[in-house]
Amino acid sequence: MFDKSISELHSLLHKKELSVSELVQTSFDRIHTVDEKVKAFMTLNEEGAMQAAKALDGKLGTEEARGLLFGLPVGVKDNIVTKGLRTTASSQLLSNFEPLHNATVVERLNAAETITVGKLNMDEFAMGSSNENSGYFGTRNPWNTDYVPGGSSGGSAASVAAGEVFFSLGSDTGGSIRQPAAFCGVVGLKPTYGLVSRFGLIAFASSLDQIGPITNTVEDNAYLLQSIAGHDKMDSTSANVDVPDYLSSLTGDVKGLRIAVPKEYLAEGVDEDVKNSVLQSLKKLEELGATWDEVSLPHSKYAVATYYLLSSSEASANLARFDGVRYGVRAEAENLLDLYKKTRSEGFGDEVKRRIMLGTFALSSGYYDAYYKKAQKVRTLIKNDFEKVFEDYDVIIGPTTPTPAFKVGEKIDNPLTMYANDILTIPVNLAGVPAISVPCGLSNGLPVGLQIIGKHFDEKTVYRVAHAFEQATDHHKAKPEL
Amino acid sequence: MSRITKEEVKHVANLARLEMDEAEVEKFTTQLDDIISMAEQLNELDTENVEPTTHVLDLKNVMREDKVQPWLTREEALKNAPDQANGQVKVPSIFE
Repeated sequence: MFDKSISELHSLLHKKELSVSELVQTSFDRIHTVDEKVKAFMTLNEEGAMQAAKALDGKLGTEEARGLLFGLPVGVKDNIVTKGLRTTASSQLLSNFEPLHNATVVERLNAAETITVGKLNMDEFAMGSSNENSGYFGTRNPWNTDYVPGGSSGGSAASVAAGEVFFSLGSDTGGSIRQPAAFCGVVGLKPTYGLVSRFGLIAFASSLDQIGPITNTVEDNAYLLQSIAGHDKMDSTSANVDVPDYLSSLTGDVKGLRIAVPKEYLAEGVDEDVKNSVLQSLKKLEELGATWDEVSLPHSKYAVATYYLLSSSEASANLARFDGVRYGVRAEAENLLDLYKKTRSEGFGDEVKRRIMLGTFALSSGYYDAYYKKAQKVRTLIKNDFEKVFEDYDVIIGPTTPTPAFKVGEKIDNPLTMYANDILTIPVNLAGVPAISVPCGLSNGLPVGLQIIGKHFDEKTVYRVAHAFEQATDHHKAKPEL
Repeated sequence: MSRITKEEVKHVANLARLEMDEAEVEKFTTQLDDIISMAEQLNELDTENVEPTTHVLDLKNVMREDKVQPWLTREEALKNAPDQANGQVKVPSIFE
């Protein structure tokens, strides 16, 4: 059942060969069988989901059930607010938080009549690359549970890879959709900044955060993006652009496509197996009629430093709201200042504190120009690198991550080693362009991800290339044994 | 050379409304120093004539009419409050 695509499931429901209740029950059965090992879910919505499924069953066979996502179970990352369904952002500080409204993406999924089966584990407030920073428990990689699933959308990627849901929503600030998608062997897209509303996404770094879909196939990914993309007046940074028909771009045709391969993305530090998988993938695209050249994104090596300064600065401001006054877990204190300090010190984990500290420092009097403003200027140089390459090329291709998944515990003690893991995904967020990760091979039984980067709002080309590659290879058919 | 001192870490922790014991101050001093060393790599670049990027898209100010719209009721707004009294959020005293 779990290798079924969205269109196949839709067809089964449409022909009444399957009811929504049966489908949603299948999802929960799978969760109850494998989640003990994978630990992708933070909170389950079993009662609510089964009730919603029953209500939708009455519409099967009618015009109202025509939507492609109708009745399909979905998992939602736990930093996306869901009305009445506990939303923790994997922080102890929000262990009792029941949102009063839905994020716009959740409203849009509800309008498409999907069924939210539960909330997915993540690194606390989306800060991390392994899910080991969850304030509750670490999600494991379904391909080998000694390994991390990646992060911060580790639960979102692992739940799809483990067949617990057919698709999920994640969020990506510096690679948090693409890196776990690569580690778990699924398809993950970070849309262009502004394409998907951030309203109701618990903010980490507002100039970088984007919500995006994680799926089994490129086609499924396009279906999901189609339903969540588009302008939202509740998000003032939401772009007022027309949403194209993404499905029409899945033609399989990449003849004449011009691919740029940054030499910095296959340089020292990139694992040999990863490099070989990417080169094999480029060969496949050449066979399909595309051409590729080596190019340079000369400021790539400054991306990690730039990103940590900017994202942490924004985070230090965004996370000021978690003070124990209006919601969340409040610590006992004699006076208000102590209440703030105790609530935050008890509620936040180490990584979150570290980033708040770095951000507060970078924004503090005397250091603002040297660190924060400097990083904003380097961001311009990184963005210009991309613009220059895109004058001559349609897409940029490289690995999603320098290595396949690493072992649980391997990098958690050294923040800088952990940060370096995002070196190939971070520049994309700084430039605001879209990028997808698709499976392109296995290394010692662990998936490798191919990253395809496009121009601003050119998700269509990104999907076209990803789909042509996927259809010409069998990588996406490999599934973990659990 | 140490870029960050323990005193600075304590000062920043106070600005960020975080409480730390000595062991934590010690740990964060070392870790922040490492991270800031990495950040100083940016000084290799001449950015004298480079405009800072605050936002990647060409967005102008987004205005809307300043009009009252229904959102949450008072009861709803207080639903998640850890403590409340008389329809308001309650906190401990601000002044001694």
